[in-house]
Amino acid sequence: MTFYEVVRFALRGLSANKLRSSLTMLGILIGVAAVILLVAVGNGSAQAISDRIEALGTNTITVMSTGRGGSSSTALTKDMADALVDPVLAPDVKSVSPVVSSSATVTYEGTDHDVSSFVGTTPGWFTASNTPVGSGSAFTADDEAQGRRVVVIGQTVAEELFPGVDPIDKQVTVGGALFTVIGVLDEKSSTGFQDANDTAVAPLSAVRQVLTGYGSLNSILVEAVTPDKVDAVQSEVSAVLNQKMDVADGATSTPYRIQNASQLLETQTETADTFTTLLGAVAAISLLVGGIGITNIMLVTVTERTREIGIRKALGAPRRTILTQFLIEATLLSVIGGALGVAAALIGSSFEIVGVKPVIVPSSVGLALGVSIAIGLFFGGLPASRAARLRPIDALRYE
Amino acid sequence: MSRPVLDVRDLKKIYGEGEATVHALRGVSLTVERGDYLAIMGSSGSGKSTLMNILGALDIPTSGTYRLDGVDVSKLADRQLALARNRLIGFIFQAFNLIPRTSAVANVELPLAYAGVKPKERRRRAMAALEVVGLADRARHEPNQLSGGQQQRVAVARALVTEPALLLADEPTGNLDSRSTADVLSVFDELNAAGRTIVLITHETEVGDRAKRLIRLVDGQIVHDVRQAPVGALAGRHAR
Ligand SMILES: Nc1ncnc2c1ncn2[C@@H]1O[C@H](COP(=O)(O)OP(=O)(O)O)[C@@H](O)[C@H]1O
Ligand SMILES: [Mg+2]
Repeated sequence: MTFYEVVRFALRGLSANKLRSSLTMLGILIGVAAVILLVAVGNGSAQAISDRIEALGTNTITVMSTGRGGSSSTALTKDMADALVDPVLAPDVKSVSPVVSSSATVTYEGTDHDVSSFVGTTPGWFTASNTPVGSGSAFTADDEAQGRRVVVIGQTVAEELFPGVDPIDKQVTVGGALFTVIGVLDEKSSTGFQDANDTAVAPLSAVRQVLTGYGSLNSILVEAVTPDKVDAVQSEVSAVLNQKMDVADGATSTPYRIQNASQLLETQTETADTFTTLLGAVAAISLLVGGIGITNIMLVTVTERTREIGIRKALGAPRRTILTQFLIEATLLSVIGGALGVAAALIGSSFEIVGVKPVIVPSSVGLALGVSIAIGLFFGGLPASRAARLRPIDALRYE
Repeated sequence: MSRPVLDVRDLKKIYGEGEATVHALRGVSLTVERGDYLAIMGSSGSGKSTLMNILGALDIPTSGTYRLDGVDVSKLADRQLALARNRLIGFIFQAFNLIPRTSAVANVELPLAYAGVKPKERRRRAMAALEVVGLADRARHEPNQLSGGQQQRVAVARALVTEPALLLADEPTGNLDSRSTADVLSVFDELNAAGRTIVLITHETEVGDRAKRLIRLVDGQIVHDVRQAPVGALAGRHAR
């Protein structure tokens, strides 16, 4: 009997038991698709996080105060920010942007909108924070020096206040003062709960005057000349600030905290990896459950199959031919089921799932396919090989 | 005299262990000539099926030797055993044992497939065998669409499709009505007339009477062995 004929026998066996075949395939399909998709969702969210942090700029550091506000010894001041622009003590610093921010209500022709982050800063911030202006223009150093009340608004603010209207040169009211809109920021991708486009940026001097007062800064954004100078910038900034804030050499705690985007990226990536692992574990469990389903179906049919094997042996089928036929059946079931599962996962991954664009991890495809095929082969092949070893009469009597 | 088709010596079969031990065969010796038509009778539990399964190389005896066409069956490996079951023996079960959800013709083709016959030739011979048992028009039917008698005739067709020298049938008419019984038995008569050796188990004296030789088993031993017609004679009452 040729191999081709054995394959035909296997196909006939599969089509003679359609319900069983399709249930087995469905089990494998779901298992495989679940693993691939869940891992892809985990991976997708991890990538979204790292994209966002990279968009933040990996060549910047952010200085923040550790004080609870009030106490002047821990507050970041404009003076400190100015001190960081020092070609001798801090040669690797490209720009320094002092930042104040608060929430504020912006009003245009009777329409109110609460901006979650109304930022006051210097013009260098736009490039340092990787926040390009889409239409209109950013404010200038001169605007900042003169304390002109001009504002660049985010996409969300523009849509809320100026539906269908060009916001440029319109006057909005913020904190009782009139601001002129001079630009709209490019759309920023936002993952997570905060809308990155719900923002407005104005000159530091104007925001301090109108909104936040002349107290401490929220943070100072320092840009390094190149990404690989970030660590150097961090130590230069520390040195300057330690001097300014009278921190003793070797002090264990400082009144400020430096956040480094690449460090942030690392910790965030770790978190995301944990998330992916967790999803992977859930997926593995679903694969296991799918596997148990397959096993169950295969074992339930062992009696019938064993009798069938008994008949075939009695008719003169050699053990090897029987084994080959049943192994091919099991392989076809698991390979077709697995392939359909991969297809389902590929289709599913083109949709957003819980706000995340899934990104397929190739190794998860291999793993899911491998495991399901192994399960199918093992539990399809094992009972068959056991039955093929029986004397025909014992196989026929099997119950 | 030519070599006997079947030659068993002091065959014993013991099932189970300890208290549950059953001596199904207690030393059976038997020689069957080529072209003979042998009926085995005996009460239920006398060891008929046990003997038949051993003769069909489906089971092995606890002790004793079994020569099939002069070859000691206990010395055969799996592949040679498969070959013997396929080429030398046609086995008909009391319970039909057709493969479910598989058409009659596909069931009949099965032994030919294992014999390596090409699909076209296979189909032709399977249809011819179904013709012999009068079921050519039911070739496409699956076992559950056939009556008991028809299923048994499909099983007979499957047993004779490889044209084996030896046809073994375990109560082939046990589940059949008198019409189907007559159909199956006349097929056997024709086959025997064509030179095939037939061994069948039966409960019915009418069936036993048709055979050329009648054996009676009691408690795992042969108690009667009567020749009713010479080996060379035509089988069946109608022939006498
Ligand atoms: N697989 C088995 N295990 C244990 N005992 C068996 C088995 N098969 C048959 N027997 C016993 O062997 C004896 C002979 O059985 P069997 O050959 O089937 O009888 P018959 O076919 O003549 O009715 C019976 O007592 C039966 O119970
Ligand atoms: Mg019996």
